[in-house]
Amino acid sequence: METRFHSIRHISERCTGCINCIKHCPTQAIRVRNGQAKIIKELCIDCGECIRVCPTHAMRGMYERMDATEKFKYIVALPSPAIFGQIRNLEDLDYVTTALKRIGFDDVFEVSRAAEIVSEATRKYMHSNSCKYPVISSACPAIVRLIQLKFPDLCDLVLPIKQPMALAAKMARKEMVEKTGLNPEEIGIFYISPCTARVTEIKNPIFGEESGIDGAIGISEIYHQLVAEMEKLDKVEPIANSGLIGVSWAIDGGESAALMSSHYLAADGIENAINVLEEIEDKRFKRLHFVELNACHAGCVGGILNVENPYMAKARTQILRKYLPVSLNHLENDIIPEDMFNTNELKPVSGIKLADSLAESLAIMQKIKDIERTLPGIDCGACGAPSCKAFAEDVATNHAKESDCVFKMRDKVFEYAQKMGIDEKD
Amino acid sequence: MSESVKLSFPVLADDFSHAGEASGSLKRTLKKLGIDMEVIRRVSIAVYEGEINMVIHADGGVIDAEISAESIEVWLRDKGPGIKDVELAMQEGYSTARDHIRALGFGAGMGLPNIKKYTDEMSIETEIGVGTTVYLKVNIT
Repeated sequence: METRFHSIRHISERCTGCINCIKHCPTQAIRVRNGQAKIIKELCIDCGECIRVCPTHAMRGMYERMDATEKFKYIVALPSPAIFGQIRNLEDLDYVTTALKRIGFDDVFEVSRAAEIVSEATRKYMHSNSCKYPVISSACPAIVRLIQLKFPDLCDLVLPIKQPMALAAKMARKEMVEKTGLNPEEIGIFYISPCTARVTEIKNPIFGEESGIDGAIGISEIYHQLVAEMEKLDKVEPIANSGLIGVSWAIDGGESAALMSSHYLAADGIENAINVLEEIEDKRFKRLHFVELNACHAGCVGGILNVENPYMAKARTQILRKYLPVSLNHLENDIIPEDMFNTNELKPVSGIKLADSLAESLAIMQKIKDIERTLPGIDCGACGAPSCKAFAEDVATNHAKESDCVFKMRDKVFEYAQKMGIDEKD
Repeated sequence: MSESVKLSFPVLADDFSHAGEASGSLKRTLKKLGIDMEVIRRVSIAVYEGEINMVIHADGGVIDAEISAESIEVWLRDKGPGIKDVELAMQEGYSTARDHIRALGFGAGMGLPNIKKYTDEMSIETEIGVGTTVYLKVNIT
């Protein structure tokens, strides 16, 4: 199994070893060992659920600070469209883009610009002969990693077109080189991220191609400074160039709506997404053409690095849309350029199978069932695993000891006590 | 290798929204074993159909599965009213589901025919007033 970069860090001084994170992790990638949460790297999809539920803030999303931009001659902000919904009473995108320049960026290129082109390309792709339905959106990296890990058979349904962030980075660098005459490497491209999954995607792209992004900064990191600058603005610069199609990518259903087909499904929240993927795996819904899944509730506005309540931000984004033109960015020609497709195919990631051979897997499964039968089945989490079932699997695969279960331990203590002639009542 | 694993899943009858839980758990187990996805899909669809039947017609029941390196065998056992005419029940479109069940979109009369369609072997043992056991088998190789 590969180990890769993760954007979620565990702060041991804050961790009390409680069971909130292990219970909420959608891929059961966390265990508590010796009073400390431990993330199993191979299973983590960087969705950020553990950050959301940790009562002591012992899980933290990692991203760059503004000082990371200093080594570049020309710094470009690539804001996620989720940023717009964070701002109250916004009617003009340029309040945000102009304020981004005031806080230290030399230029701004909204990811929503690239999103509009991806929408157009997806529409074309869905009408092509090579297209297999339902096409699953590739926009949410946590979902794509989930598919690789738990739904290997669905990998070939994932949209093979570059997602907006990667495309925006490419477009921005090209545009800025032309504008400034600088070398490409002198330009620093910084994504303003709503979530941890995207931070990981920049450092460790799923499709293996360089992201072209020099760093990611959390929306929450710059939010207060940004709002303070916005309040000082008396006029704005004409920078933004996105329509409502691009901005809508920030909310769930936005990407689908841009496809102008009613045969789509949009689900938000990782548990809902998992249920939908189960259904697609069983081919239960044959008339579906497009599936948009967002790991976060309400879409990217619900990402863990945002500031506002996801549904407030979603409502604001919806209102903002009425001040925007439909779409300002289009494909140059009537075809999808070759370089808009991912060079590599999406490959499953091992991690789901118990063993390589079926006979071996069956033997381990039998062991798991035997152990599970002896456990209390109340999923208390005291052993550090999210459920008795998961614990049985940990024991069967030598990742935990049976005595880690407090009930098994109690039985043992009674057994010893009896052997030593001590009455239970004592 | 004659190693096999036996699993058992209860099927509750009180709520349609629970239907699919047993076939879902079975599916996740099969995925862990690394069984071919096409085989898993067939088992999953067939067992789901049977599970729905147990909820509609019987008062729930138990689903037992035995997985070996060669095949997946499943027994769907209920203590329901039994099937009067098995041959008729196997016909596509024939259903004895009551109107309120049909109103929910179930009872199209495709349950048993679908089980047959997606499996390599299938048989029904039934006794009026006692219950029904649907047996199905999907070969792995």
